[in-house]
Amino acid sequence: MSINLDQAQQTFIVEARELLQAMEESLLQLESEPGDQDAIGAVFRAAHTIKGSAGLFGLTPIVSFTHIVEDVLDRLREGSVSVSAELIAVLLKSGDHMLELIDVVASRGEQLQPPALEREVALRQALQVFQAPASAGAADSTSASVVSDDEQSAEVLWHISLRFGVDVFRNGMDPLSFLRYLNTLGQMVQVTTVTDSIPAVEAWDPESCHLGFEIDFRSAAGHAAINEVFDFVREDCAVEITPVNETPDHLEPTGTELVSQPEHSPLVASGELLGDQRAVPRTPATATATVVERPSSASEQKNKDGRYVRVNADKLDELINLVGELVIASAGASLLAKSCDNDPLQEASSTVSGLVEQILDGALHLRMIPIGDTFNRFRRVVRDVSQELGKDIDLIINGAETELDKTVVEKIGDPLMHLLRNSMDHGIESAEARRAAGKPAKGHLSLNAYHDSGSIVIEIADDGAGLNRERILDKAQQRGLVAAGASLTDQEIYNLIFEPGFSTAEAVTNLSGRGVGMDVVKRNITLLRGTVDLDSQPGQGTIVRIRLPLTLAIINGFLVGIDQSTYVIPLDMVQECIELDEHNRQLTRDSGYLDLRGEVLPLVYLRDHFNHEGPAARRQNVVVVRYAEHKAGLVVDDLLGEFQTVIKPLGKLFGALRGISGSTILGSGAVALILDIPALLNQIVQMEARSTQAPQSLLPTSR
Amino acid sequence: MPTPDESTNDTARVQIDGELTIYTVTELAARLLPQIGAAARLEVDLSQVTEMDGAGLQLLAVTQREAGKTGTSLHLTGQSKAVSETFELCNPGVVL
Repeated sequence: MSINLDQAQQTFIVEARELLQAMEESLLQLESEPGDQDAIGAVFRAAHTIKGSAGLFGLTPIVSFTHIVEDVLDRLREGSVSVSAELIAVLLKSGDHMLELIDVVASRGEQLQPPALEREVALRQALQVFQAPASAGAADSTSASVVSDDEQSAEVLWHISLRFGVDVFRNGMDPLSFLRYLNTLGQMVQVTTVTDSIPAVEAWDPESCHLGFEIDFRSAAGHAAINEVFDFVREDCAVEITPVNETPDHLEPTGTELVSQPEHSPLVASGELLGDQRAVPRTPATATATVVERPSSASEQKNKDGRYVRVNADKLDELINLVGELVIASAGASLLAKSCDNDPLQEASSTVSGLVEQILDGALHLRMIPIGDTFNRFRRVVRDVSQELGKDIDLIINGAETELDKTVVEKIGDPLMHLLRNSMDHGIESAEARRAAGKPAKGHLSLNAYHDSGSIVIEIADDGAGLNRERILDKAQQRGLVAAGASLTDQEIYNLIFEPGFSTAEAVTNLSGRGVGMDVVKRNITLLRGTVDLDSQPGQGTIVRIRLPLTLAIINGFLVGIDQSTYVIPLDMVQECIELDEHNRQLTRDSGYLDLRGEVLPLVYLRDHFNHEGPAARRQNVVVVRYAEHKAGLVVDDLLGEFQTVIKPLGKLFGALRGISGSTILGSGAVALILDIPALLNQIVQMEARSTQAPQSLLPTSR
Repeated sequence: MPTPDESTNDTARVQIDGELTIYTVTELAARLLPQIGAAARLEVDLSQVTEMDGAGLQLLAVTQREAGKTGTSLHLTGQSKAVSETFELCNPGVVL
C-alpha cells in the first residue's frame, strides 16, 4: 500500500465508521417512525458514500456488498419497498457486516474468514428479497453491474473520455483505480488507453501522468452517478461523459492510440462501434455541460462537511498546555501591574486577563463533545438486549447535549453499557411480573446527564424491582465482607455490590450476573476521578449516579491562606465565605460544627489537618464548600480571592497523598496546593458515620 | 536485489522485480531507456512484478514507443498476475 493512499484510507476508515453509526441511528429512528423520509435519506447517503469511497481505494469486497445494500435502500427511497420490521432487522445486520468488512478488509488488509463469508451469503439472500425481481439471481461475491428493471432506468451506453492531469500520481491517485471502480457501476465494453500526450523522452518525467482513456461504458447508473466517480480528480483532469446515441457533430481524431483490440464482446454492431470511437465531441459547450451538473448535488454535501474540521487530538493537548502557561504568565504580569502605580498599565493588564480567560474557556471547550453520541449508541444495545430477554424496555434519554471532555466520554462508555445491561437483566422484571406488581408492562430505562457544581452527573434509572437489601446483606455476610450483627446504612449496603466478585443474581446470564462487572465499573469510574452511588427503592426501581469532574488541566480556583502557605479550592465548589468571629470560634472549637442560618455545618480546621504549627491567626474565615450532597466549612486564615490556575500534578512521590489533588504556581512564583474537596469531605463523612452524632450531620442540601 | 540486466547476442534482457508503480518508475526508467537502441531486441520480463499502477503502465507505453522509434523490437516475456490484470483492465494493446 502506497503511503499517500494510506493516510487517505485511514480517513476513509474513520469516516466510514461514523457513517455506519449514523446509519444505525437512522435505522432505529425508522423503526419507531416508518414514515421519516429524512431518516431514509440519511441511511441511503451513508451506504452510498461508503460504497463510493471504498471503490476509490479498490476495496472490492466492501463495494460489492454495499452495492446490494444501496440498491435496496434506493428502492426504499423511491417507494418500491416499504419499511417493515424484517427490513430494518436485515439492514441493521447488514450495517454490522459492513463494519466488519471495514475492520477486516480496509483496516487490516485481510480477507473475510469463512464464518463471516457465510454471514454475508445469508445477508445477500435476505437482501435479495427486497430487491427488484429481475435482479434476483445467484448470490455471487463478485460485483455485478446494476441489472435493469422495469421500474429502474434502462441501461445506457456511455462514452467516457478521460485525460488525467499531470499531477495525478503525485497527488496519490492511480487512474487505474477509477477504471476498477467504474467496473462496479457497469460494464466497460471497450477501453482504450491513450498515450499520445506523453512528451518526448528527453522531456519526460516518469512521475508525471500523461495518460488518457477512451471508454465505452454500459450502465444503468445515470450521468450524475458516473460523473461522481471522478470527484476526486475533478480539478486536474478532463472528464467527458456522453451518451453514445447522440450523433456526433464533427469528428476529431483522438490521436494515435496503442493498438486497440476490443476485449469484451461488443453489444452494438461493429459499424456503430467504430464510428463512436472516433467521435469524441469535445466542444467547449459539452465540456461545460458535464462539469456544471456536478455542483448541485455535491454542494449540499459540502456545506454540511464545511462546518467541521478534523483536528489531531495531540495538537489540541499542546494548545491547552500552552494556554495553561499563558494563564500563569498573565497572572504574573497582572500581579506586577498591580504593584505599579500605573493606571493605563493596570487597565491593559486587566484586558489581557479577560481575554486570556476567554481563550481558556474556548480551548477547554474544544475538547468537549456532547455525551449524546454515546447515549445514542445505547439505543441499539437496549433494543437488541430487550429483544433477547423478551422484555419490553423503553430507553429515554435526557441531557444528550451535556458536554464532557473527549477522553472521559470515550472511557465512560463501557461502564455505562455494563450498568445498562445490569438494569435490563436484573432490574427490570418480565412483563408478567410487572403486571402482577401493578406496573405497566413496558419497562423504562432512563439516561440523564447534567452539570452540577463543577461536576457532571450521569444517572441511569430504571423502574424495576430495585435492589434487594436483605439479599445483599446476606451475601456480604456469607462472604465475610460484613461482620454479622453490624449495622449498616442502606447506602452502605447498596455500595457492597461494587465489591469484586459480588453478585446476588440468582441466574447468571451471558450478559451479567457473574460478578465481574460492578467492581470494574467502579474502578473505571474512580480512574476518571469520579464517584458512583446507588439509590434504590424496593419494588420501584434503582438509580445509579455517576459523578465525574468537569475540570481538566485548568480550573478556576479560590485562594486561601494559612500562615504563609496558600491553598487553592476549586471555585465551583465554593458556596460562600463567612468570617469566624471570636464568639463563634469558641463554640465551634468544642463541637466541631457551625450554625449556618439554622443549618448544621461541619467544620474542617485545615490548619490542624495540614499540621501547621504555631498559634492560630487572630482572624479566621470559613469557606463553605459543597460537593454532591455534602457540605462543609473549611476554616482558614485569609481569603485571597479568585485565581485561575493550571493544575500541575504532584508527581509519584506524593501519589498517596489524600486531600491534595495537585499543585499550581502563583503569580508570585510560590507554589500553592490544590485541595481535593471530595476526598476531604469523604473523610469527614466517614468520621461522622463512626461518631455517635451521625444522623444529624449529613443534611441533604436543597437544590 | 534486482536481477542484473544482461545483454547477449544483441538481445537485452531486463527483469523487473517487485513494484512497477509510481515509487519505482523513475529508477526503472533509468534502467530501461538506455537499453533501447543499444540492442536490436529488448526483452522485458514482467513475471516477478508484484504490483502495477498507472505510472507503471505509462512507463511500458513509453518504452514501447521509444523502442519503435529506434527500431529495437520490444518483447514482454512473462506477465505476473498483477500485470495481466492491469492489462485486462485498461487494454493498452502492448504486444507480447
